[in-house]
Amino acid sequence: MLSKTVAELSAALDRKDVSSVELTQAYLDRIEKLNPDLNAYITVCKEQALKQAAEADKQRAAGNSTPFTGIPIAHKDIFCTRDVLTTCGSRMLHNFVSPYDASVVERLQQAGAVTLGKTNMDEFAMGSSNETSYYGPVRNPWDSSRVPGGSSGGSAAAVAADLCAIATGTDTGGSIRQPASFCGITGLKPTYGRVSRFGMIAFASSLDQAGPLSKSAEDAALMMNAIAGLDSRDSTSLDHPAEDFTAHLQQSLKGLRIGLPRDHFTADLNPAVQTILQDAIKVLESLGASVTEVDLPHNHLSVPAYYVVAPAEASANLSRYDGVRFGHRAENPVNLEDLYKRSRSEGFGDEVKRRIMVGTYALSAGYYDAYYKKAQKIRRLIKQDFDEAFKSVDVILGPTSPHTAFKLGEKNADPVTMYLEDIYTIAVNLAGIPGMSLPAGMLQGLPIGMQLVGPAFSEARLLNVAHQFQLNTDWHQRRPEVK
Amino acid sequence: MSWETVIGLEVHVQLATASKLFSGSSTAFGAEPNTQANIYDLALPGTLPVMNEEVLRMAVSFGLAVDAEIGKRSVFDRKNYFYPDLPKGYQISQLDHPTVGKGSLRIVMDDGSEKVIGITRAHIEEDAGKSLHEDFQGMSGIDLNRAGTPLLEIVSEPDLRNAKEAVAYLKKLHSIILYLGISDGNMSQGSMRCDANVSVRRKGETEFGTRTEIKNINSFRFVEKAINHEVQRQIDLIEDGGRVIQETRLYDSDRDETRSMRSKEVANDYRYFPEPDLLPVVIDDAYIDAVRATMPELPDARCSRFVKQYGLSEYDADVLTSSRAMADYFEQVAQLCGDAKLSANWVTVDLLGLLNKQDLDIQQSPVTPTQLGTLISRIKDNTISGKIAKTVFEALTEGESDVDQIIESRGLKQVTDTGAIEKLVDDVIAANPDQVAQYKGGKEAVFGYFVGQAMKISKGKANPAQLNELLRKKLSE
Amino acid sequence: MALDNTDVEKIAHLARLQIKQPDIDEVTSRISNILTMIDQMQSIDTSAVTPMAHPFDATQRLRPDQVTETNQRDRLQQIAPATENGLYLVPKVIE
Repeated sequence: MLSKTVAELSAALDRKDVSSVELTQAYLDRIEKLNPDLNAYITVCKEQALKQAAEADKQRAAGNSTPFTGIPIAHKDIFCTRDVLTTCGSRMLHNFVSPYDASVVERLQQAGAVTLGKTNMDEFAMGSSNETSYYGPVRNPWDSSRVPGGSSGGSAAAVAADLCAIATGTDTGGSIRQPASFCGITGLKPTYGRVSRFGMIAFASSLDQAGPLSKSAEDAALMMNAIAGLDSRDSTSLDHPAEDFTAHLQQSLKGLRIGLPRDHFTADLNPAVQTILQDAIKVLESLGASVTEVDLPHNHLSVPAYYVVAPAEASANLSRYDGVRFGHRAENPVNLEDLYKRSRSEGFGDEVKRRIMVGTYALSAGYYDAYYKKAQKIRRLIKQDFDEAFKSVDVILGPTSPHTAFKLGEKNADPVTMYLEDIYTIAVNLAGIPGMSLPAGMLQGLPIGMQLVGPAFSEARLLNVAHQFQLNTDWHQRRPEVK
Repeated sequence: MSWETVIGLEVHVQLATASKLFSGSSTAFGAEPNTQANIYDLALPGTLPVMNEEVLRMAVSFGLAVDAEIGKRSVFDRKNYFYPDLPKGYQISQLDHPTVGKGSLRIVMDDGSEKVIGITRAHIEEDAGKSLHEDFQGMSGIDLNRAGTPLLEIVSEPDLRNAKEAVAYLKKLHSIILYLGISDGNMSQGSMRCDANVSVRRKGETEFGTRTEIKNINSFRFVEKAINHEVQRQIDLIEDGGRVIQETRLYDSDRDETRSMRSKEVANDYRYFPEPDLLPVVIDDAYIDAVRATMPELPDARCSRFVKQYGLSEYDADVLTSSRAMADYFEQVAQLCGDAKLSANWVTVDLLGLLNKQDLDIQQSPVTPTQLGTLISRIKDNTISGKIAKTVFEALTEGESDVDQIIESRGLKQVTDTGAIEKLVDDVIAANPDQVAQYKGGKEAVFGYFVGQAMKISKGKANPAQLNELLRKKLSE
Repeated sequence: MALDNTDVEKIAHLARLQIKQPDIDEVTSRISNILTMIDQMQSIDTSAVTPMAHPFDATQRLRPDQVTETNQRDRLQQIAPATENGLYLVPKVIE
């Protein structure tokens, strides 16, 4: 039962095969059993979840239900949840009980979802392995010696290990797609501005975007129906007509034009991963899609540009953590500077401090043009590359990550090695367009993800392609055996 | 050696909106600490700014009032620095693309000379909170009620050449802001704050000297004192062989001196960059026209109209339009009594004299426009003389309210009955035979004596014109 | 772009971070490596390109000037580290 999709659970609840209270209790039991090893959750909201479940059962009985009524979900701990600890994976917020709900949390709650808890993540979403969390690393359910990916590693592991039906995540440079790939699940990063950032703790404001980590493309579509849409509390939220993301799932792929970026399929890519992707492409071709090569000539500059833009924005976004109004405060500060410096140095981990310093440097007098402005220009070139490519193809397909989940500690020696993990995902954030990852095969017992990228507002099309692929393959149904 | 002073002013004006620039918190002055600071104002994680439309309208109307270029696409930037009254660790401001660009403003000096002062720009930004230094076991207390209140920072060109010009500029700015109704302009409550960039150079030099920035000047009087003080300090320094260093100085009004603010000097590198939580504010001509349509008549336009429509002197018109409240007052009085020139005299001489003496604003005037208008009407319809009117005016300032009742109860009504005046004239002539003889002997000046005597007896109530006419007639008989 | 320890200390101060002396060499070397990676950006000429701050050419929405907030001080100060008489306490601010 716990491995079922949201769509299946919703039907089961409708049929009264199970109640939300029973389902919620079953997930809570499994969390209690497995979380001590996986460390996917930072906070479990047992009482609140059971209360919400009981209410959801009433609502379903009264016929007031949405597909999410009574569905147990998890939120990445980057989303503010009223009266619930919200840490963002940082010591800085070890005591931050949010006085308000994020827009995403509020919308899912209104849809009747049950919140099981808050999932572990890289500190302030800065990381690709979940190892920068103050609350300890998350373990990959497929192999506990390996990382789940990051930064939404807790959400990905929780979905893969059936510790929730579906989870929310955020993606600034690949933080939904890469962990989805490493954990063998489906993840969608929507178009920038589709989902409100209100109440989502900022890392890099012009890149951050919330989205689902799910067991199927259909579930991702269902969650998008619940969370997407204009929010007046976020000035960058886009006023785009509401749409039903499930409406086109059944559409045929006949005539679909798929582009393969030449620079993604080179000798640098693991040949076994190449083979898996070629097999996936064959499936799509058999469903009526055609394939051509496309060029993204500035993709190789996406990591450098990203590591200016994201740290620069982060350096300012993280200035509010000063020990004055909330969060960690150093003991007995001798003066103001001491209060700031010690609170911040004790509260932030090494990777966060490093990025704050890189960003501070990139914005400082004399370097702004060479770094920040240059990066913003490359950002435009990257977006233009995609605009050009989408003149001849509908979606771009490639690997989500160069390889399968790596071992804990394997890439910690040098930050730059870790940064290059996101080489295939980062350009999508810089361009603001949607991208998703879905399971495409297995390599030595570990899942491999395939990335689909489309033009702005093409989420429904991406979900359609993914859903059709999932109707014809079973990679998304593989589950790890978690002991 | 003669010196020239160069001054540029940066004026922060708190815009009179109900809610803050980027949050729905109230901007009301004087609330209990931190009761008007919501999750955004406190910079809680995950909170985002949403801009108040009224701030944009106010900024654009100011731009139009000073003939400035209006930014069709203005962009917000983050200005980064750590300070406890700045919750986000950055201030949202506008650096390269302000809402108001280059403009200018005309000032009139006391000697009637005019000068045009350039305005470099005016940008929208957030105000900071307040640090309270009362002792909390060696700690400071932070109140964030003011944090996020909208400010318009108006930056002048370095066109001002002395403290008096700076004051005239500031007063003109103040007047425009009140005309537009975009701020209460209250300097003592900090709704209008002024920083002055001051430098000196030897006459004839073309390069500017090193400037200092004087902060915390919170009244018109202090602007003049602070600048004069700083100019003298710089001149003394240079003449003693020293050098002015570029720094921020604080004006201390208690001691009348400026002193260095070293705490603010530590290597400021504000690391401005475009605010990613906000999008460019884009406006079109239709928007600008709509703002223009709602704007009131401004001081310069009103001044010219007063000259043209009412036949006032340039000087009187300028005085009367120096504030919107004063101009409104004058126009109400003039409309009521139908005599603009007489109204202008009463407002500029009697009323302003009274207000100056009692240190009151026109809004606090003890005499209402209706009272003054009625009073002037009674002069016009010969109920009282101009001289008696002063007595009535005095009674009004002392709290009596009804002009006609004052005239009635004190018996101040002018005597216009020819018979009564004729008797008065006869009595005066009969009582002063010597003077009559002098007058008839050709000493014209004695005429005034007869008038004086007649007025004395009538307690000033005799109609002066009638009295004059009858006196001349009788004396020449 | 290689940085030295003094540069890093200056940046750390701007960002109000403290770096312990034994760690400074490693911090400097890691940040220098990151900057070297970033310097790949300089391989292309972008003089004719307009910087892009946001992915889309959207413009700012405005909200009406209305007070929508009520006093939540007590609730919001429950999570504050140090308050007194409704004020947030910090070590003495010297001007």
